[in-house]
Amino acid sequence: MTHVSIKELTKVYPGASEPSLDRLSLEIPTGELTALLGPSGCGKTTTMKMIAGLLDPTSGDVTFDGRSILKDKPENRGVVMVFQNYLLFPYMSVADNIGFGLKMRKMDPAEIKRRVGEMLELVKLPDLGKRKPSALSGGQQQRVALARALIVQPNVLLLDEPLSNLDAHLRFEMRDLIRSLQQEMGITTIFVTHDQEEAVVLADRVALILDGCMKQYDNAEAFYKRPVDEATARFFGGQNFMSGTTRGTVFEASFGQLQLVEGLNQGSGVLTFRPENVLLNGDPSAPNTLEANIADKIYLGTQTRLKLRIGQENVDIITNPSDVEGLSPGDLIRVTLPPQTLWMLTS
Amino acid sequence: MSTRKSLITSNLRVLTGLVLITWLILPLIPLAIWSFARGWFFPDLLPKTWSLNAWNYALSDTAGVLDSLWLTIGISLAATVLSILVGVPAGRALGMYKFKGKEIVELMILAPTIVPGIAVVLGIHSVFIFVGLNNTVPGVILVHLVPTLPYMVLVMSGIFANYDASFEAQARSLGASALKTFWYVTLPAIMPGIIVGGLFAFLVSWSQYILTLLIGGGRVVTLPLLLFNFATSGRNDITGAIGMIYILPGIIILLLTARHLSGRSGAVGGFGQI
Repeated sequence: MTHVSIKELTKVYPGASEPSLDRLSLEIPTGELTALLGPSGCGKTTTMKMIAGLLDPTSGDVTFDGRSILKDKPENRGVVMVFQNYLLFPYMSVADNIGFGLKMRKMDPAEIKRRVGEMLELVKLPDLGKRKPSALSGGQQQRVALARALIVQPNVLLLDEPLSNLDAHLRFEMRDLIRSLQQEMGITTIFVTHDQEEAVVLADRVALILDGCMKQYDNAEAFYKRPVDEATARFFGGQNFMSGTTRGTVFEASFGQLQLVEGLNQGSGVLTFRPENVLLNGDPSAPNTLEANIADKIYLGTQTRLKLRIGQENVDIITNPSDVEGLSPGDLIRVTLPPQTLWMLTS
Repeated sequence: MSTRKSLITSNLRVLTGLVLITWLILPLIPLAIWSFARGWFFPDLLPKTWSLNAWNYALSDTAGVLDSLWLTIGISLAATVLSILVGVPAGRALGMYKFKGKEIVELMILAPTIVPGIAVVLGIHSVFIFVGLNNTVPGVILVHLVPTLPYMVLVMSGIFANYDASFEAQARSLGASALKTFWYVTLPAIMPGIIVGGLFAFLVSWSQYILTLLIGGGRVVTLPLLLFNFATSGRNDITGAIGMIYILPGIIILLLTARHLSGRSGAVGGFGQI
């Protein structure tokens, strides 16, 4: 049960001119599962290592329940980090790997054996305790690494790209396992990933870090519905950006007016909407219904991407393939941009 | 095609075996025969009369062979342990980190294998006289580090070049102190290197002659010195017996550590992998 607070955390590596992480501030409530999301090299693994005590920050602070932990040695922080490549000790059996943390805490060997047995059950590998890590598959190694971390009941659990080394079918299994164990044990958990899908399916809240700065810290849905800026929207697959001016609930675009909902940013700015939220051939009297010219059509198997021209603007939409069967580039179609799906970028 | 290839391979294997036997085993046979001979003269193929006299003498208290054996073992073990204590951190620095002047440090460490020991030892000699280490066992042990350290550092830097230090970070994160991390995580990973490097260090120290002679000043009589005395005095039978005793530790250690020398352990990579 630990509330993690990161304050203005900054890391400048020796000899580097730009900080790898620039004044990151985050509040991670007790028991929540938070993702640090960003492209590789954005400073997210650096952040993790500083929380774990494996790297000293240049400035800033990390507190657990209000107490700074930066002076504590890594082994005394109650933080366990699970690395991307699992790092199971090759000279030890699976059971010895899982029991390692308890052995370091000088627990009675019989008690360690009992808890390791429980943990193996929990991660669904009950019969593999005697094996060497090299005899396990990637998914099994991941479970052992998770078990080895959870058995010490850390205050804070750090996961480095927990799903990225797994096959597609294992990802959801592992996602469910991580989530259920984390919820059950109530461990404040932070994980880093470069994959927005991984962040969305696993995390309660996502912190997007681009170029060493935090862009947005919110629940997953907000990144799709209410991105702060174009880079954020693009990171989550946003394609459509139009410049114009908002007055009240009307947006003045290059091709005419669009109806908005209340409470959006006013004045000149950029309007965005998700490619999957555009409706095709709907009610002609619905607001924001426009004529569009098909510039390109890309078949993607489970969906079809249409590149449209509305006036001078390029608009990308994603549709069900059966909805656009028979249409080809050059055809005219009717599209509707529902007002509740339009969003003015806030910065 | 494949049978022919395997025929060539097996022939090569036999040839390698023959060469190894010729070089390593054959020279020892006359030595062994001498140790049991009472005179052995040309053109006899084998000695006319056999005797255990040489062995009786070599194993007696008066010859001092056994004292010398224990002393040599002690000096070589001490030199090996010191080589490990210095070689492991030095190998880690050279194998894992990049720093200014690294090439020069590497060269300096390798230098004793290129520069003749006698050139170095004359300088060390005068320093040791000054600090009172001359003619002492500790002095001999220290001077043996000059030729043993390069092998130890070379082997350990090869090990550390392929070593993933994140295992240590993982252990720390799981609650292990720095000392426990070294004991449970680092040491098992670098053990093959310590064994191979230690073997080299022991054998190099074991066979030192000039360095022992100069720094020991004739007071520290190790087996090679004793052996040399008898060899130059023309006692081939006793030389043979002491010689057999002299090669024994090397063979025992080699047999004990043979599986680590196979090259699969990565312990014999040297600077090549840096």
